[in-house]
Amino acid sequence: MIKWIGFFIFPEVRLELDKKRRTGRTAVKMTGAEIIIESLKKEGVEHIFGYPGGAVIPIFHQLFDAPFNFYLARHEQGAVHAADGYARASGRVGVVIATSGPGATNLVTGIATAYMDSVPLVLFTGQVSTEMIGNDAFQEADITGITRPISKHNYLVQRVDDLARIIKESFYIASTGRPGPVVVDVPVDVSRAETKFAYPEQVNLRSYKPVYKGHPLQISKACKLIEQSKRPVIYSGGGVISSNASAELREFVKKTGIPITTTLMGMGAYPETDPLSLKMLGMHGTCYANQAVHDSDLLIAIGARFDDRVTGKISEFIPEARVIHIDIDPSSVSKNVQVDIPIVGDCRQILAEINKMVKAPDIGEWIDYLQKLKVENPLTYKDSGSRIKPQHVVERIYALTGGKAVICTEVGQNQMWAAQFFEYSEPRSFISSGGLGTMGFGFPAAIGAQIARPDRRVIDIAGDGSIQMNIQELIVAVQHRLPVIIAILNNGFLGMVRQWQQLFYDKRYSHTCINFQPDFVKLAEAYGAEGIRVEKKEEVDAAIERALSITDRPIIIDFRVDREENVYPMVPAGKTIKDTITRELL
Amino acid sequence: MRHVISVKVENRAGVLARVAGLFSARGYNIDSLAVSQTEQEDVSVMTIVVRGDDRIIEQVKKQLNKLIDVIKVSDHSEYPSIQRELALVKVNAQPAKRSEVYQIAGIFRAEIVDISLKTVTLELTGEPERIDNFIELLRPYSIKELIRTGRISMSKE
Repeated sequence: MIKWIGFFIFPEVRLELDKKRRTGRTAVKMTGAEIIIESLKKEGVEHIFGYPGGAVIPIFHQLFDAPFNFYLARHEQGAVHAADGYARASGRVGVVIATSGPGATNLVTGIATAYMDSVPLVLFTGQVSTEMIGNDAFQEADITGITRPISKHNYLVQRVDDLARIIKESFYIASTGRPGPVVVDVPVDVSRAETKFAYPEQVNLRSYKPVYKGHPLQISKACKLIEQSKRPVIYSGGGVISSNASAELREFVKKTGIPITTTLMGMGAYPETDPLSLKMLGMHGTCYANQAVHDSDLLIAIGARFDDRVTGKISEFIPEARVIHIDIDPSSVSKNVQVDIPIVGDCRQILAEINKMVKAPDIGEWIDYLQKLKVENPLTYKDSGSRIKPQHVVERIYALTGGKAVICTEVGQNQMWAAQFFEYSEPRSFISSGGLGTMGFGFPAAIGAQIARPDRRVIDIAGDGSIQMNIQELIVAVQHRLPVIIAILNNGFLGMVRQWQQLFYDKRYSHTCINFQPDFVKLAEAYGAEGIRVEKKEEVDAAIERALSITDRPIIIDFRVDREENVYPMVPAGKTIKDTITRELL
Repeated sequence: MRHVISVKVENRAGVLARVAGLFSARGYNIDSLAVSQTEQEDVSVMTIVVRGDDRIIEQVKKQLNKLIDVIKVSDHSEYPSIQRELALVKVNAQPAKRSEVYQIAGIFRAEIVDISLKTVTLELTGEPERIDNFIELLRPYSIKELIRTGRISMSKE
């Protein structure tokens, strides 16, 4: 009865009924746009990020009354980073819809960011109609051509009959094996064309069959090597997070007593508060992690890829170690470092197998040595009585959130301090652009993370440079009442580049001084967010507490920090741990 | 070292660009690349001759395998295979020198496919190394134009 009243009064109820009637039957005729909506429903999608435009009007026409939470970014780059943050925080596939031409090209940085960090995304881009492709039509860009080297795969949908299969394959490819972004380019006439819709039950790709199960012989060889080792170290990366292997990793450490260091992407997989944690390694990693890896006789790499920011000078990275490498991507194995025992497959499954048979090595002396290193070379900074040190801000955020926040970062000094002075204990609680190093990533990613984790406070630790790269997304957080906290470590510099200029380029601060900047408090207020400025050290705690007490809107805290603070320790690019800079050069 | 890599791919738009893009993006050197149909309508085969040390070749194969449209990668340098190439060579051959050119063609069992007043065009199919030799012998007569198809390779049973 109520439905019938609705039928006459509310057109959207009628639309809904209409649609029900149409989708109730099997293989009904649908337009391409309707197929996209129905396919996304079948994939269990809840949240979509995007921006409309000419070539995707048919899709947005259907989105109008579709059962998704749609987040209208204010720039397509904001949409893709938000979807990325959502995917990293939730472990699910992030979905983006943008238009052709500039809409699609605005996604490019975000696609490359997700690709470098193996984040599962499916991105729909509009395209000019099939007969216009290649004609330099209005808002035409060859986005499949542009994204070929920065996506896991991409499709140009040429026939509406292929659309459902392509969407099914896209979600499968994005989320399996080594995850990554998949672009689906949909010409506007394909969105309008009709065909019978039946969502495929299964994917059948003869050319894509990821291996999950590790080779048993390799696993038993690895266990033997582990048991015989005297100075083993675990080097754990983003693959452990993306394969949800944190529990298996913890059990592995517990069973073997082997100390563990993680990459930037791997933080949170193992609690950094644990005595066996050596925290992060690499260019700005702890001295003890880098020393441990260097001195090891066995390096157990799990879901990590021997990135140059980790290894420094490759020939002196691990002079005495044999290497076990567990990774789902065969092309990561022996790419930079020769591996003795490669195990290709899923980190979680392989660790579970190893845990069944591995025995603890006898490494008491090694542990004593590392504990001594830890005590002698802690992460530290010279605190100040009055000035705000950026490290102090990160430490206070850690203390006042009880370490329970989801931390997103921008890129540069803010990212490294956020990595160093917060102790991560849970997977997916640290979200950062590791591989591509994308400034402007953190805040939109925080929006996505807050959508994925309404139960947690999400804090973007930002710099005054990075935050201005996607500040327009503030209105999205205000609109959706997302209480994301943006903690700007404001030093008026593009700090990391300035640090390099100071250390390696004769202190010529060429175009890195950006103290000509907006009033971030007023800017927050203009958007309807909360703005707090902190200029004195004693105000830091109160500001963080006030921000944490606000739960219905985003908060910007403009921390005026010590301007020329540097990130230490630092292994200069391409150098070895002997060249580590641990304090200011005099 | 030179490796002959045979890549079976889905016969789809953009596959060639994916493979070619991979080589340029990662700085691998291609000596030759030949693409053709196979016995299956929806499968194409690419024969790629690439130079590099073992580690590079290993990466080339892994990266190719990583492409979603690549069905199978095999290194034909690792086991017996039949390798062929076709060349067309247009040689300057004045009437006085022509018989010498014909002799060389005869020895290599090359076919004469075109003759003009000043030139002879020869076609030779064979192992790429044989074609190299053939071309070397023709060089003194001055080669006006040369084109090769690039190596194709099939593994032996």
